[in-house]
Amino acid sequence: MAARHAGVAQGLGRRRRRADRIIRALCVLATLVACGFLVSILGLLFYRGFGALNANIFLEVTKPPGSHGGLLNAIVGSIIQTTIGTAIGTPIGLLVGTYLAEYAQGSRLGGMVRFVSDILLSAPSILIGLFVYSALVVPFGGFSGWAGCVALAIIVIPIVVRTTEDMLALLPNTLREAVIALGAPKWKMVVLVCWRAAASGILTGVLLAIARVAGETAPLLFTSLGNNGWSVDLSKPFPSLPLTIYAYAGSPYQDWIDLAWAGALLITLGVLGLNILARGVLRKKA
Amino acid sequence: MNGTMTEQTSPTPGSPPQGSFGGLAARSAAAVNPTARISIRNLEFFYGSNRALKGINIDYPERQVTGMIGPSGCGKSTLLRVLNRMYSLYPGQRATGEVMMDGRNIVAPEVDLNDLRSKVGMVFQKPTPFPMTIHENIAFGVRLHEKLNKAQMDERVEWALTRAALWGEVKDRLHGSAMGLSGGQQQRLCIARTIAVRPEVILFDEPTSALDPISTLKIEELIDELKQDFTIAIVTHNMQQAARCADQVAFFYLGELIEVAPAAELFTAPRQQKTQEYITGRFG
Repeated sequence: MAARHAGVAQGLGRRRRRADRIIRALCVLATLVACGFLVSILGLLFYRGFGALNANIFLEVTKPPGSHGGLLNAIVGSIIQTTIGTAIGTPIGLLVGTYLAEYAQGSRLGGMVRFVSDILLSAPSILIGLFVYSALVVPFGGFSGWAGCVALAIIVIPIVVRTTEDMLALLPNTLREAVIALGAPKWKMVVLVCWRAAASGILTGVLLAIARVAGETAPLLFTSLGNNGWSVDLSKPFPSLPLTIYAYAGSPYQDWIDLAWAGALLITLGVLGLNILARGVLRKKA
Repeated sequence: MNGTMTEQTSPTPGSPPQGSFGGLAARSAAAVNPTARISIRNLEFFYGSNRALKGINIDYPERQVTGMIGPSGCGKSTLLRVLNRMYSLYPGQRATGEVMMDGRNIVAPEVDLNDLRSKVGMVFQKPTPFPMTIHENIAFGVRLHEKLNKAQMDERVEWALTRAALWGEVKDRLHGSAMGLSGGQQQRLCIARTIAVRPEVILFDEPTSALDPISTLKIEELIDELKQDFTIAIVTHNMQQAARCADQVAFFYLGELIEVAPAAELFTAPRQQKTQEYITGRFG
């Protein structure tokens, strides 16, 4: 009897070990495939990007093929548009997220706002570009940097809404009650304690939003259009790195293609830096 | 002669109950503690349609510690949260009856809640330091109700931390984060923050259940000290703690106040069968 049980157990054990080996092998394989793509993308980007990188990129504006141009106008344009887009989108997202977490518990309006925000979060960014095109570009007579900023802000909003709500929801309710128990009005509880307690998490969300919009091309195609000369006038067509990469990478000129690689490398490094910064901010909290 | 006697004495026992005040139990409770800081009469409490407190009558004597004990869900924490209207944060929770303090019924809708909470402070089960410096933690509550200059504020912070037996441990790092304090220190910081507002009543909701025995002892000593100046209500799961800290103890069961008596009496010679069973560990 005991021997038979042992035999059954042995058979069972073998089957389970085999199933375990198969699943584990599949997991490892999938990981290798995923990492393989990532490493080859980054490898190619670093190889071509660093090869094309030189001081001219930061000193010269974009020029016609063959005349040793740089990316200065595109870099500055990207920084300006990303900064303004974030500056518009962050306060709106922060307040909406705060509304959802602190004021709208269980309310129908809150549920609807959360639903719409989540849809916006996953909406294709070219749709947002087309929306701003029909809402701002057409009525106000042309492509402009401002329209691009607004399009980027619309992408920033739902990201900040989500992280703000999530981070505020993580706070223990007794913290809120402790503030109220001192005789504080609710708005002081939110502004002076809850925001501060959730600050690093919210900041992380903002940094990730910046990283996201810094590389966006689609929403700028129909809004700021791009500009091959030096321009800091936001009421005119406005240059940016993603648009320049888009235009140059598809061109037949080798020096433009090199510039596109350099630009792609710069964006990637910027986004990588922001992500590392975001992790650092979160870790400091913990 | 007889006739005049009757005339003189009859109004008192014969007078009808005034509003929701009535009931023999209510009057006898009031008679036991003539210096009640808070007097509760016929208090009912509802979570939605669920009645969590049933006809509560109890007095909280001035500058004494009232311990509130009973098994989980008996309503003791609910009652504590009535005393500073914490329940008003949540829609669907409501109280009826009278909770008299300074001649006002504090469960009435027109009460200024921020003003009430400046008079009735609360310390929670888990320490709740705010994400700011130790000094700012104390000053936060004071600033809500008073305008003090820097010197006055520093003085108030030192006073509160001294009263909470924390000054010696933190006086060199007042401008460091409060999150770096130990659990017991954080709880004393919360007590300091509460008394800095100079309330009249302090509510403690199981203030030591998240603390180690040494920190618990410190908090209990502190409560004993604080009753010189404050009226104190403490909810606790720990009967020894109630016996050590409280002057009078109230035993709650299933939303009813079963018995309230001086601590020594309630733990040695309870009048009610249920109290006897609870304190001897037969349930709860």
